[in-house]
Amino acid sequence: MTFIMRILVGLAAVVAAAMLFTFQHPPIDTVQRGFRGVGMVQNFYPPTIEAQLAVNRAPPPLGEPITAGPTAGTIYQNVQVLKDVPVGEFTRLMASITTWVAPTQGCNYCHVAGNLAADDLYTKRVARRMIQMVQHVNSQWTQHVAATGVTCYTCHRGQPVPAFVWFNNPGPAQAGGFAETGMGKNVVSKAAGLSSLPYDPFTPFLEQDNNIRIASQTALPTNDNQSIKQTDWTYALMMHFSQALGVNCTYCHNSRSFTSWEQSTPQRVTAWYGIRMVRDVNNAYLDPLKDVFPHERLGPLGDVAKVNCQTCHQGVYKPLFGAAMARNFPELTPKP
Amino acid sequence: MTEYQNIFTRVQVHGPTYAGVPLPPGSWPRSERPFLLHLFGRFGDAQVGPIYLGRLGLASLICGFIAIEIIGLNMWASVNWNPIQFIRQLPWLALEPPSPAYGLRLPPLNAGGWWLMAGFFLTASILLWWARVYTRARALGLGTHTAWAFAAAIWLYLVLGFIRPLLMHSWGEAVPFGIFPHLDWTAAFSIRYGNLFYNPFHMLSIAFLYGSTLLFAMHAATVLAISRFGGEREIEQAIDRGTAFERGALFWRWTMGFNATAESIHRWAWWFAVLCPLCGGIGILLTGTVVDNWYLWGVKHGIAPAYPAVFPNIVDPATLPGAPR
Repeated sequence: MTFIMRILVGLAAVVAAAMLFTFQHPPIDTVQRGFRGVGMVQNFYPPTIEAQLAVNRAPPPLGEPITAGPTAGTIYQNVQVLKDVPVGEFTRLMASITTWVAPTQGCNYCHVAGNLAADDLYTKRVARRMIQMVQHVNSQWTQHVAATGVTCYTCHRGQPVPAFVWFNNPGPAQAGGFAETGMGKNVVSKAAGLSSLPYDPFTPFLEQDNNIRIASQTALPTNDNQSIKQTDWTYALMMHFSQALGVNCTYCHNSRSFTSWEQSTPQRVTAWYGIRMVRDVNNAYLDPLKDVFPHERLGPLGDVAKVNCQTCHQGVYKPLFGAAMARNFPELTPKP
Repeated sequence: MTEYQNIFTRVQVHGPTYAGVPLPPGSWPRSERPFLLHLFGRFGDAQVGPIYLGRLGLASLICGFIAIEIIGLNMWASVNWNPIQFIRQLPWLALEPPSPAYGLRLPPLNAGGWWLMAGFFLTASILLWWARVYTRARALGLGTHTAWAFAAAIWLYLVLGFIRPLLMHSWGEAVPFGIFPHLDWTAAFSIRYGNLFYNPFHMLSIAFLYGSTLLFAMHAATVLAISRFGGEREIEQAIDRGTAFERGALFWRWTMGFNATAESIHRWAWWFAVLCPLCGGIGILLTGTVVDNWYLWGVKHGIAPAYPAVFPNIVDPATLPGAPR
């Protein structure tokens, strides 16, 4: 072997070794989700699952729910949402919320020290609305959250601002003028798996209610004029789903015909309600808080932080791997 | 043994450089002084040049340069003239066709106008280069096979960016100029039109694509395998028996009972290669114009089988009474 050949072989070995560490190595767990041979398979990378299992754990509840005693409204002043909850349960929930949302900041993150009834802090006014939101989700959106429900912790995970929220995204700065501008895509899209697809598929679909269905429903052309460009937006939204739940397309769809419901899985129905739930939450609970939040909490276009699939799911097919936290706090699921 | 498994050319011919046959009257002169480059000789012929530019070549290069400039400057503007982001995000950047709202009308420059202009100059450049390939072949007295093979690729290019958008009445149906974006377009195209895998012309195109690689591998392997006897340089192969070439032919008769000839293998290769974009172009042209959902078309014509439902009774929730919007 000549000297140059040795150097080349050495370089090749270094490059190959470096590349090896960038790949997910076998074994990959696969789970069949459809009829054999149709490729409906979920791929799971065990180290990822292990890491997720360690992080996505529900904290133990503070004791048992307290069902007896005078109601909070008769003991405390200015209790608007939880006034009919037994006062013991009320304080149990308040203590839990502190550990879920503001464990380092404590009660005074929302409450004025010495005057728990005061609404001076914006955080308290937001928190009140968020409790109503949780109650609404748990009682009205059972097609999505089923009996598992959600609590503050589902999104917050011990942080005052959940790790995964989104704002209306004007995109990175462009030169503008007569250069092409405002296409909404063709830069690195964090929302869509680092593809070049649209970087804000949330505003049109999870705040506004634009049409997501782009595939043709007939073999031959009709007056359906949905375009390939529209498909880019739906595609970006679906990439978000996939990232947010840590699943591939075939978790919901049979990829031979993405649009076909008969060949889809029950999870697609759950996801369909999830889209409506998120839209409802963003429009009815989050957008109206625009004037409550201080300026520094708003997005670049002055809008409130909003939720998408990842806000709760955080990379897992069921938030917290399906831990039924809400069951321990019956006041978060009011009877309709 | 390893001697025959080298990826580089084993023999470099170093002789006086050759300027080629005389040119027909009216031609431009070829570039002067061809020279030898050892590195090139490792991969191909060591002689570099002479190059013939000509009017067509010059016009093609100018048009191509304009197209690349329009595309590149718009990409750079899309990251606000930031040179670092331009390099980092280059594979993501694109010049996008106009919105479907413009139909076939001329959009403003910043809303797709540049795309039309880049497309015009790129197409002009490609067509001029095609004419150059044709005339250069004629000038050497060759057949025009290369030009027609190139034309097959141009057909696919024109279908994607010009003919089909015209038929669809929308420039917005065309492909963006960008590395990842044109791939995203391909996937979105298939999703919008119900899975291109059920498009028979797509199937044919894939068969010819994979067939081309198979033929290329068989042909190249045969020639390399007989090169230990100097088979690739034989001049007696047409009249003698027992030559290196004859061994190559015998090898295939032994293994599959039939062999292509030195000429016909190239006919096979040429047609497989040409039919790949030819069929592909037909498949693209039919999509959205004649067929709107290839999967449903496949069901209708019995090429998409039904499978037992693992999850029966899944109903589109939007069709249920009282469903949210």
